[in-house]
Amino acid sequence: MSGTLIFGLAACGLVGCGLYGAFAHAAPVRRVLSFNLLGAGVFLLFGVAARRGAAAGLPGDPVPQALVITGIVVAFAATALALTLLRRLAAIRAAERSVGGLRDEPKGR
Amino acid sequence: MGVAITTGPLLVLAVVMPVIGVLAMLAMPWLGIRRPATVVLGVVAGGIAIATAIIIDLLRSREAIVYVLGGWAPPLGLQFRADGLSGVMMAMATLVIAAIALYARPHFDAAEDATGGRRAFAFWSLLLGLWSALNLVFLGQDLFNLFVALELLTFAAVPLVCLDGRAETIEAALRYLVFALVGSALYLLGTALLYGQYGTLDIAALHGLTAANLATHAALALMIGGLMAKAALFPLHLWLPPAHAGAPAPASAVLSALVVKAPFFIILRLWFDVLPATSHAAAAQVLAALGAVAILLCSLVALRQQRLKLMIAYSTVAQIGYLFLMFILIEPGGAPSTTIGWTGGMLQLISHAFAKAAMFLAAGLIAEALGHDRIADLAGAGRAVPVSVFAFGLAGLSLMGLPPSGGFIAKLLLLNAAVLSGAWWIILVISLGGMLAAAYVARVLKRAMAAPARAIETRPVARISEWSALGLALGAVALGFVPLQPLGMLAIGRAALP
Repeated sequence: MSGTLIFGLAACGLVGCGLYGAFAHAAPVRRVLSFNLLGAGVFLLFGVAARRGAAAGLPGDPVPQALVITGIVVAFAATALALTLLRRLAAIRAAERSVGGLRDEPKGR
Repeated sequence: MGVAITTGPLLVLAVVMPVIGVLAMLAMPWLGIRRPATVVLGVVAGGIAIATAIIIDLLRSREAIVYVLGGWAPPLGLQFRADGLSGVMMAMATLVIAAIALYARPHFDAAEDATGGRRAFAFWSLLLGLWSALNLVFLGQDLFNLFVALELLTFAAVPLVCLDGRAETIEAALRYLVFALVGSALYLLGTALLYGQYGTLDIAALHGLTAANLATHAALALMIGGLMAKAALFPLHLWLPPAHAGAPAPASAVLSALVVKAPFFIILRLWFDVLPATSHAAAAQVLAALGAVAILLCSLVALRQQRLKLMIAYSTVAQIGYLFLMFILIEPGGAPSTTIGWTGGMLQLISHAFAKAAMFLAAGLIAEALGHDRIADLAGAGRAVPVSVFAFGLAGLSLMGLPPSGGFIAKLLLLNAAVLSGAWWIILVISLGGMLAAAYVARVLKRAMAAPARAIETRPVARISEWSALGLALGAVALGFVPLQPLGMLAIGRAALP
């Protein structure tokens, strides 16, 4: 079994886990985590592409690596945005509960 | 090439100009400007000038404008390319954003340090960011570049959804964000597969390279699936109604009219420029079937809504369905851009953008005047805000597909294309969809024109807002006067693709 094959299969596994999590979990934090898992799988796949698509004599193709770096920045920004929204939502919910007094029932999760 | 050298930098300017506007907004205290709206209106004027120059140049030279960024040619560098289709999309986005900016000015006019100033600042900077991302989507030629553009679009659109900061709008924004992020991750996955196979992401280069094999089809299926979630095609539309209905009216207008069109535009590019031109009839059938279900089901759901803005949001999902009928109406191979199916689909896209923006803006004014948007209690709106109700009706005319309106010509062209390709069930779907649209628009108009049972209290609305909603509705109607044949403008630069 070659290295690229192992990494390729690992990427597929990560993508599968991420997709499952994003669809199956209702809790927003888990969905954000699943998205990150999915993203990690995609980035790993780019790495595999870099190894496979390498020009003769070079250890790797630099273009996918540049793409992965950009992709990580974008995924980081997306995660930050999602978590900020979540924090804000949690703060509003907490305020509602403290005003509502007895009506203390966290919705769903 | 002489033409390309002189007007190419305009393409860069179209993307960068809104960003310069955002930077100018940050520098406002030093520039002596107190209101962000002033800066934005200046940028909008500049944007209109740029779009006009690009359209004039396209019409004069009859070929695509190409600009190679930094002199680095693809496949390593990036290039911007404006063909007739991109030019039309840019012009549409510019006009809609200009009208929305005029509409929103009285609503988001607070100076930065006044109450509501932070909200106004956020709205205007997000609007400009969104505009820049849209232009990047229309001009980009590199699949990864388009991914970044899509993400920029999402990052600008999501905060617009929860601009007023209520818990339910934040929930809607979160749901939208999750759908959009999974969609873009799938898109990126497809990009990785394509790069692994062909070693390039430039659309023009891929056009000649792609072969009909499993990896290519899987990659494109992943990318189109991801984009479908972003474009809210049934059954991936669940995020759209709460998100678009909860946002402030001008934000809803820009989300429904423009933001969902950008992923659709990329699907078009992938389908016609990247997908190898053999044997994807089955995929076209699936997309068209989903579109048909979207038209029928979501029109019915729209008919049953109690709130005006939710009804308009469901109508967006239904109207997006018409766009996906295109794939079955255009035969693979040949020059798709010279068929009436292509022209009908693009006309549907443009007239929906104008009509839906007008409708959301008018609904916002009706809600502002009456203090609520319950359809059952709309009586008296016709007297309180007559111009807005008229704009709503005109926009509805285009959604139903009644003459003379852009929606009418678009649906007629789609019907003709359906007759030509023998897809009889599409004829049925389009006719039924039109009737359902007529039903939900008429339901609102009937209530709005009725006299209220008891005297109601109404608030005055800004006149400029009313007239900009009406202007957009008139734009949708004016599209009804384009000739009933394949449009030359949409075909500029399409045939020349290597």
